[in-house]
Amino acid sequence: MRRPGPVLNRVVVNVVLWGYAVVALVPLLVMVWNSVRSDQELVSEPLGLPHAPSFDAYRAAWVEASFSTYFLNSVLVTVASVALSTAVSLLAAYALARSRSRLMAVIEQVFVSGLMMPVFLMIVPIFYLLDTIGLASTRTGLILVYAAVSVPFSVFVLATFLRQLPDELEDAARIDGAGPLRTFWSVLLPLVRPAVATVVVFRFVPIWNDFFYPLILVRDRASYTLPVGLTTFFGEYQTSWSTLFAGLVIATLPLVVLFLVATRQIVAGLTAGMGR
Amino acid sequence: MSRRRTAALPTPVALLFLLPAAALFAVFVLYPMATALTYSLFSWRGTAQEEFVGAANFVALFTTEPYRSQLPRAFGHNALLFAGAMVAQNTVGLLLAYVLHQRARFRRLFQVLFTMPYLVSPLVVGYLWSLLLSPLFGPVNALLRAVGLDAVAQPWLGDPDTALWVVVLVTAWQWVGFPLLVYGAALGALDPSTQEAAMLDGASSAQRFWHVTLPLLTPVIGTVSVLTFIFSMEAFPIPYALGGSSGSPAGATDVMSLLFYRTAFHSGASNAIGVSSAVAIVLFLVIVGVSVAFTRWFRGVERRLT
Repeated sequence: MRRPGPVLNRVVVNVVLWGYAVVALVPLLVMVWNSVRSDQELVSEPLGLPHAPSFDAYRAAWVEASFSTYFLNSVLVTVASVALSTAVSLLAAYALARSRSRLMAVIEQVFVSGLMMPVFLMIVPIFYLLDTIGLASTRTGLILVYAAVSVPFSVFVLATFLRQLPDELEDAARIDGAGPLRTFWSVLLPLVRPAVATVVVFRFVPIWNDFFYPLILVRDRASYTLPVGLTTFFGEYQTSWSTLFAGLVIATLPLVVLFLVATRQIVAGLTAGMGR
Repeated sequence: MSRRRTAALPTPVALLFLLPAAALFAVFVLYPMATALTYSLFSWRGTAQEEFVGAANFVALFTTEPYRSQLPRAFGHNALLFAGAMVAQNTVGLLLAYVLHQRARFRRLFQVLFTMPYLVSPLVVGYLWSLLLSPLFGPVNALLRAVGLDAVAQPWLGDPDTALWVVVLVTAWQWVGFPLLVYGAALGALDPSTQEAAMLDGASSAQRFWHVTLPLLTPVIGTVSVLTFIFSMEAFPIPYALGGSSGSPAGATDVMSLLFYRTAFHSGASNAIGVSSAVAIVLFLVIVGVSVAFTRWFRGVERRLT
């Protein structure tokens, strides 16, 4: 009596799991293989696989549709803002974790409250602020804004990590005559590397993908990042479908590289506390 | 304890370390947040602040066109996005997490596979689906025709009756990894002995899920629901990619963020700043108000269940 139940269950479970895996992955695979097919092929065989892969669409996107410019802007803006926010957040997290003054506790609360920022509320004042200080429509302005909005998350993660570190090593360094900056640089920095990796990966992805800030803050095409570039590109290349697919792949590729390089951090972060 | 005290940084040094982050945060986050509140209380001529008008911008939002008709419509669409996400995204995510929790084989693999779309840019996801659903060459309609469902194939994004549901499903497709991972973590942390006790009492697996697992998950369900509400209210890149900034077709995919964006930057109205700031504040108040009220109510439900 009990036999057929579990077997049937297992079949249903496998169908559900593999079925959903197909739903989750096939659209992403279609994105990649349609980018190496010609427009004619896309129309005549919407469900076909690439016969003779062609990379013309990539050349068109990269050269004619200025993806080279958008791509370099995205790399510059993302790397610079993540580096800046991680550096200042690390210094701040050290101060917050190793000081016990009341004032510091209050400042930490202010930082943490920024985890729930109302971006729509802030964007118009930021727009005029950048205009006032001469950074409107520049990559520098975008870098500063991204670095600032990254501070709450980065400080929170780094301070939590630093609090878990024993402070014997710092004591020893201090007794040996090292100042706070020296202690920070030579003793703490090597120890916090895993937390820094987490912060870098988890800020890199949303900043690379972000579309809201540059859409509003950047008006100059030469400073566009990839997501805003994509919006103009989708207006201009409406009928060149394989080029559009290629553009989407280009915008996604750096994340794939990041995942390959940092799989360990990402899986650990995504499945934190998942048990076994 | 006294040893710990010696390790502490002197406050002046600590403040010095804190300075760069605090300056950045104050200039680009705190200052804009504080000024945004005042923006909505003044009238504007282009970028010049004119006079204090009190609640006039908010009154205008509810009494003058196009805001009077667009605001409730956009808000209703956000509410539908939330309802759709609760069903299509969170329920599916919970069921997948539960199924995965029951079996050890390939659990990590499936978690990673299901979470893949979550790691791609939402704008890319929106544009990708706009191509896949294209009536000209879209593989989705081609697939429906290939399996004999010709009658179902249609211009999904061109029809006001289906466009918003496309937004709901595309969002769910991208985000299902989020409830999946959160519920997976919560299930992993449950005490297995409660399951075993229910099994010894002869409860079927559906009964165990409904009467044992689900009540234990209520706190997490509450958290996921509040976060889903916030994300649904702030939805921007996917509606933008699927329907453009005007929420086409015919405003069927218009949401609060798009209304704000159009009002602030594309309306051409001279008082654009005043009115758009009012839109942002209304949105902010709705998000905070509902989140707080919901959390309170849910704590009550939790107490009754446990």
